[in-house]
Amino acid sequence: MSDVTSPNPSAVPTPSANSENRRWQGWLCIGAIVVGFAMVANWLWRPNSRPAPHHFHPENQELSGVRESARIVDDAFANHWEKETISPAPPADDLTIARRLSLALTGTIPSLEEVRSIEAQPENHRVQWWLSRLLEDPRSSDYVAERLARAYVGVENGPFLVYRRRRLVRWISEQLQSHRPYDEMVRELISAEGLWTTNPAANFITATIEQNDKKEGPDQIQLAIRTTRAFLGVRIDCVQCHDDKFGDRWKQEDFHQLAAFYSEAEMKLTGVRDDRKKHHEVQFRGDSETSTVSPVVPFAPELMPAQGSHREQLAAWTTHPENRAFARTAVNRVWAILYGQPLVSPIDDIPLDPAQLPPGMELLAEDFITHDFDIARLIRVIAESRPYQLDSRSHDPEQPITEAQEKNWAAFPLTRLRPEQVANSVVQASYLDTIDEAAPFLIQLAKFGQQQDFVKRYGDLGEGEFDEQSGTIPQRLLLMNGKLVKERTDNNPVINAVTRINSLAPDPKTAVEAAYLCLFTRRPTKVESAHFVQLLSNQGKNARHRVMEDLYWSLLNATEFSWNH
Amino acid sequence: MNPFFNHACGTSDHWSRRTLLKTAGLSGLGWLTPLADSLAIQSEKNRTRPRSVILLWMQGGISQLDTFDPHPDTEVAYGARTIKTALPGIQLGESLVQTAELLPEMTLVRSMVSLEGDHERAMYQAKTGYRINPSVLHASLGSIICHELPDSQLDIPTHVSILPSQWPARGGYLGAQWDAFKIGDPTQAIPDVSSRVDDERTKQRLADLNVVEGAFAQGRAANLGSERTLHRDLMAKARRMMSSDQLAAFDVKQAPAAERDAYGDTPFGRGCLAAVRLIESGVRCVEVTLNGWDTHANNAEGQQTQAAILDTAMAALIRDLKNRDLLDETIVVCGSEFGRTPKQNPLEGRDHWPHGFSIALAGGGFRKGYVHGSTSPSMEKTEPADKVMVADIHATIQHALGIDPEYEYMTPANRPIAFSEGRVRRELLADA
Repeated sequence: MSDVTSPNPSAVPTPSANSENRRWQGWLCIGAIVVGFAMVANWLWRPNSRPAPHHFHPENQELSGVRESARIVDDAFANHWEKETISPAPPADDLTIARRLSLALTGTIPSLEEVRSIEAQPENHRVQWWLSRLLEDPRSSDYVAERLARAYVGVENGPFLVYRRRRLVRWISEQLQSHRPYDEMVRELISAEGLWTTNPAANFITATIEQNDKKEGPDQIQLAIRTTRAFLGVRIDCVQCHDDKFGDRWKQEDFHQLAAFYSEAEMKLTGVRDDRKKHHEVQFRGDSETSTVSPVVPFAPELMPAQGSHREQLAAWTTHPENRAFARTAVNRVWAILYGQPLVSPIDDIPLDPAQLPPGMELLAEDFITHDFDIARLIRVIAESRPYQLDSRSHDPEQPITEAQEKNWAAFPLTRLRPEQVANSVVQASYLDTIDEAAPFLIQLAKFGQQQDFVKRYGDLGEGEFDEQSGTIPQRLLLMNGKLVKERTDNNPVINAVTRINSLAPDPKTAVEAAYLCLFTRRPTKVESAHFVQLLSNQGKNARHRVMEDLYWSLLNATEFSWNH
Repeated sequence: MNPFFNHACGTSDHWSRRTLLKTAGLSGLGWLTPLADSLAIQSEKNRTRPRSVILLWMQGGISQLDTFDPHPDTEVAYGARTIKTALPGIQLGESLVQTAELLPEMTLVRSMVSLEGDHERAMYQAKTGYRINPSVLHASLGSIICHELPDSQLDIPTHVSILPSQWPARGGYLGAQWDAFKIGDPTQAIPDVSSRVDDERTKQRLADLNVVEGAFAQGRAANLGSERTLHRDLMAKARRMMSSDQLAAFDVKQAPAAERDAYGDTPFGRGCLAAVRLIESGVRCVEVTLNGWDTHANNAEGQQTQAAILDTAMAALIRDLKNRDLLDETIVVCGSEFGRTPKQNPLEGRDHWPHGFSIALAGGGFRKGYVHGSTSPSMEKTEPADKVMVADIHATIQHALGIDPEYEYMTPANRPIAFSEGRVRRELLADA
């Protein structure tokens, strides 16, 4: 160790050189900080480019196949309408359909930038072009994955440590993005083994683990409920404790025989594993002793393979191409995500008898099976079908839409937007460019935080998301007086659309139109335009901003903003 | 006329039942409309039985051994000290000084059993009376009570959650409109109830909105707004709330300083005071959450700190309700999702224990000065004597309020579900 009290003079610069040096260093430091800050700021604010969809060619074979299938589905609905003597509503315009698609697949409304890009396409294939772009957008797979996950595992955080819901959602999103056949994906969920971290599909099993001293392992009852409801569209869990009061279709035994397929699953140090020695023990109501139940499927036993573990057998049987309940359940859920309401309600209670199914169901299920359980194609066929493309309103004010039309898929139904759709839409509407993965990082980050806060106050629907829900007073208060609405309509030239429209629009009419496109994805009617143009005309810049802010407030608080239509 | 201004702000709407009765008494009943008349009668009826519930929610799991069910001088006590109470032979944890004096007003259940040992699942069970089930979102006790005992005179939400935890009470199958209205520390303004602009601009905005709504209604069913979306109705109700005098009940700063001091200078204490003020204004159910009970380490210290906060606030709440002549019509429940283990872990913490924990109740027809059930001072799991299931508490509270727990509500998914699957425990009630 050197003597620190007597420094070596040669190692120390002279005082003057020293201060010179320091000054240089100081300047260098400041320079580096400025450059660094500029680089970070540039990265945070820099939008990336948004390419046109890779896989869009209006004349390609896939799209013409989609059109063919959609026409067959259309015929089924046309026959139904004729039989019921109902005339369908007129077709909706492209922007209305684009708005429906954006809300369904990305959970938000289109940006002004996107509206412009849609309108730049030739009129006859705008909708499929827009859908192609949405299907390539990572926002879509993430959002649809979240919607599917609600049916698979609910919304709870679930058991501590052994369950990672976010990993499961990301995994589903990746499957959707890579066009993994849906039957394969579900087989993997049902029969997943290993750790919930390295094999995210295993979270489907670990989500049901009960952590108490009675047992430590996946709960076969919960798994049976999930499997039947989410993948087969049957509710046999009501007979869990008693035989079916209503139809005598299911017996307590049916349910427990199905649950028995999961009885081998258990938790080991290496994650989910099957123990061939474990059995399903049940104490039937009225019995004093428990009895051992062997796995038996509730219908179509001929479709079950003889080989494999119980879970592998169940997975193969559930997703068998001839087990139509599986395809119908997927169709019903995808239809519901797009259309706002399932084709068969309740969403997880679909008749097994084809005679009781609504028009289109069998055809869509058939198409889904023959095209390798391709979710993206299913989305395309539904979006291309006539019921999806009908208006939600009549064009004849004397003959408004009737309940019969809505009930028979002869008019697009009005459905309340989900909380995150409202939140995302408020944020998107206040920003002219699209907030997606290509958007500046800061904007994406802000959107995430704002969305979370908003949904917390607005209220989440949980997994019963297709049940009829009423609006609430706190929701109205939040949109009338909430912080997010105030911030997003304030005078803020960097972010807020309202300020930018006010300063960029050449005249009041253009400004009003831009606001309507941002919020409603449509142009104002003559009456609306006249009303707001008159308020804006002959006003100074500040007064104009107030009018624009009021305009934004009114549109945000309108029925049209909070409802899918 | 602008329909958005057309909210019910008429005189009769703003009359509390009590004012109505008082006025009726002064002027004779002759001028009362049949509606007001029946309201007055209804009100008389209601006064004979409890009508409100305050839930003091000890999020995380209060340790029964350090509070309501101590076993002094046994191995499970780990040296925790106790105090005598006004009930002979009954002791409480040393922090519950004021509660000890109030025990003659209260019911203590020392033999609670839950089926769940995880916070989220146990909380769900405690608040709804049912276990988590993937096929249905159950309604919380508070939402069932609000749904069954509606009050059209109320401008403010009938179901309120103060300092909500991660899992505030939900409406479940009854619908989101029965979710508890969430507010933070009552010293802060209630979120979103004041307009961001002046009256003049509000008027302009509503006129603008009218134009926009008119465009949307074109070609749609005539009952769109009135029966389908209920958009205008909700907005009118929201605006009625924004201008209501009843909002003052949230504002504890309006209470006399001495009153505030009694509850303790804590967010929870202020929450309890707000709860009493809300109940007095006609609110049906209020939950107030006190966090910080999940003492997996340093149990004794953590529990004592929280218990002191609880003791001051709960005692003030019960006394205050009594002074305001509200205790007979209000059920006060203090509890958590589960208790804590008899055996301490190496960090001197206690873990989750659903096999024998305590809740305290007061008012609203519950049996005064009664201690129900007992646990044994054992490190191991033993069934408590006279055990009470979580669902039994739900059924008993519903029964006390005149709600039939066995009534099967038809959920939107067409599945009948009983308000509670528990058993009414008449021994807990005064008129047993």
